[in-house]
Amino acid sequence: MSAAVRWISGQRESALGVVIILLLIVIGLRAPNYLAPANLLNVLINASFLMLLVLGQLIVLLTRGIDLSPASVLAFTGMFLAKLSHAVPETSALVYILLGLLMGTVLGALNGTLVAGAGIPPIIATLGTMTVYRGLIFLLSGGAWISEHEMSVPFKSFPTGVRVVLPNIVWVTIICAFAAWLFLRYTRAGRALYAVGGNPAAARLAGVSIKRAEFLAYCISGAIAGLCGYLWTARFAIAYTQAAEGREFAIIAACVIGGVTITGGKGTVAGVILGALFLSIIESSLPFVRVNPFLQMAISGFVILIAVAVNSRSERSTGRQILPPEAAPEPRETS
Amino acid sequence: MNKQDTRNTNSARVTSLRRWLASWEAALILLLAAVIVLNSLLSPYFLDWLNLIDSTFSFSEQALIALPMAYLIIAREIDVSVASIVALSAVMMGLAGEAGFGSWAIICTGLLTGLLAGLLNGVIVTALGVHSIVVTIGTLSLYRGIAVAIVRDKALTTFPRDFFVWGRNYIGGVLPVEFAIFLIATIIFGVTLHRTVFGQRIFAIGANPEAAEYSGVRTKRYRIGLFVLTGLISGLAAILLVSRLGSVRLNIATGWELQVITMVVLGGVSIAGGAGTILGVTLAVFLIGWFTFGLSLINVPGIVVNLFVGLMLIGAIAIPSVARALMRFFARSR
Repeated sequence: MSAAVRWISGQRESALGVVIILLLIVIGLRAPNYLAPANLLNVLINASFLMLLVLGQLIVLLTRGIDLSPASVLAFTGMFLAKLSHAVPETSALVYILLGLLMGTVLGALNGTLVAGAGIPPIIATLGTMTVYRGLIFLLSGGAWISEHEMSVPFKSFPTGVRVVLPNIVWVTIICAFAAWLFLRYTRAGRALYAVGGNPAAARLAGVSIKRAEFLAYCISGAIAGLCGYLWTARFAIAYTQAAEGREFAIIAACVIGGVTITGGKGTVAGVILGALFLSIIESSLPFVRVNPFLQMAISGFVILIAVAVNSRSERSTGRQILPPEAAPEPRETS
Repeated sequence: MNKQDTRNTNSARVTSLRRWLASWEAALILLLAAVIVLNSLLSPYFLDWLNLIDSTFSFSEQALIALPMAYLIIAREIDVSVASIVALSAVMMGLAGEAGFGSWAIICTGLLTGLLAGLLNGVIVTALGVHSIVVTIGTLSLYRGIAVAIVRDKALTTFPRDFFVWGRNYIGGVLPVEFAIFLIATIIFGVTLHRTVFGQRIFAIGANPEAAEYSGVRTKRYRIGLFVLTGLISGLAAILLVSRLGSVRLNIATGWELQVITMVVLGGVSIAGGAGTILGVTLAVFLIGWFTFGLSLINVPGIVVNLFVGLMLIGAIAIPSVARALMRFFARSR
């Protein structure tokens, strides 16, 4: 038993992959129509949002931070772009994507400034901006909904438009995941994120700027949330003040299932993608296997706790931090 | 710079920092005064004694949970599942009411549910040794999930008449029962935290868990105890809420966890643990409560009020951090 647990915590990604396949087999036995290509594609499209959002959250969690604001950023950019599509119907999808990324980056940079610049603890800074951004949506929209008939055709058609077998949104997810993998594995800035989260004192002594790494992390998280803002609003053809409200905890939960430790420095792109996929499959399959959909939340919670228990082995083995990062020896002037 | 000088600037820095922290409550009082003055200028109905007293109905329950949450955060833990515990307790009380239980049995159901939910949080956190935010994100889904699975799309509305005393009645015709309970709880929590060994140990755990452990504090037992306390008080808040509303639906108390944490943090409790006062939390409760009440009198939508509360939270935390950063900058450049 303990050997199995050790194997799972060592081979987290492949184990999670196996669990997902087993889950699909079990669902397929009870409800074969869940595995129909058309439905699987639909599941994949709806899972794309979570798969994108966990990429940003992963990058923030690596630095020992946390970002509670993505759902609000998503809703805000979505509302803005939906209004834009109503005002200027001929705008092309590329413009929405770029604008979504840009707006998300700006909102994320604000988080980054509060955390890295003003030194506010991440959970408080993003808790604050979460409510502030949510309030801004109301100021922008006056509480009104933007519904399907008010959005232009190019706005709505991009996410589900098919290009080379797969819908655009799935391609966007694949590209983003691949880019995140390259970034975290092969770039200096990406490795710095692991260093900052794994051991801030050592990272500083090695010449890594903690503040720069943190700032960058929140910018990326914001950019992805902004991109999702466009995709989400266009996919569901609705923009409203409460869009995606309450999803911030699901994003963090998917990361935890994917093996990210909240104490920083540990986590992979493959892990969080599988974590997001796993949570999405659980959420979307319940009606198919005739489990009461009202049970969905309880089951998700149970799954998260199991994942936390499996995680705890790897999390506990990292040396406990005794001194706060500020106490790291700084190069001192000698008299 | 010789050694003596370094020590002097350091101690000067420490005392001015201490002075700043000591004046956190003073800053909150100033802010509270500003809110009262501003609101009474904006609306003639604000400074009505009866209105002010009645406005406490809208925050007493959340404020109650902020007290044990302050303990938890001081001890370097956090519980984001409190709103779900409220929901679960509320649903259990709803079931007890449907089953024809009496008032006291319903109250016991609520308290017991909260206690058990808190106990499970505490046991999981201490047994696994993982950060409590991760565990309580899991139980946040689990507890509300169970509540949702039970109540589904219905509403539980059968309660005995004398159950409504707790959330709707006034003591002596002026003081709401809810508010009286909050005031008493504040005094008990404040005295316990600041005047007893128990409270000192909570600070010790938050300041340095390892040192506390080696000094003979049974940190595990304390952690579990604090989670149980938070669960129990969440159950109490659920009793007051259900008694006031008279009905339980699946979305009861959604979003409370973040509002409660906002109250605690705005009250000057350090999210890194080891520092904070109940006086500060209580002041923050009134600050947020009356700020919200005043703006609602002039018809500002709730979501916009939240926007301002969010700005207040960021501002309140940013100002000392920025001041400290500036102090450090000047100390270094000298």
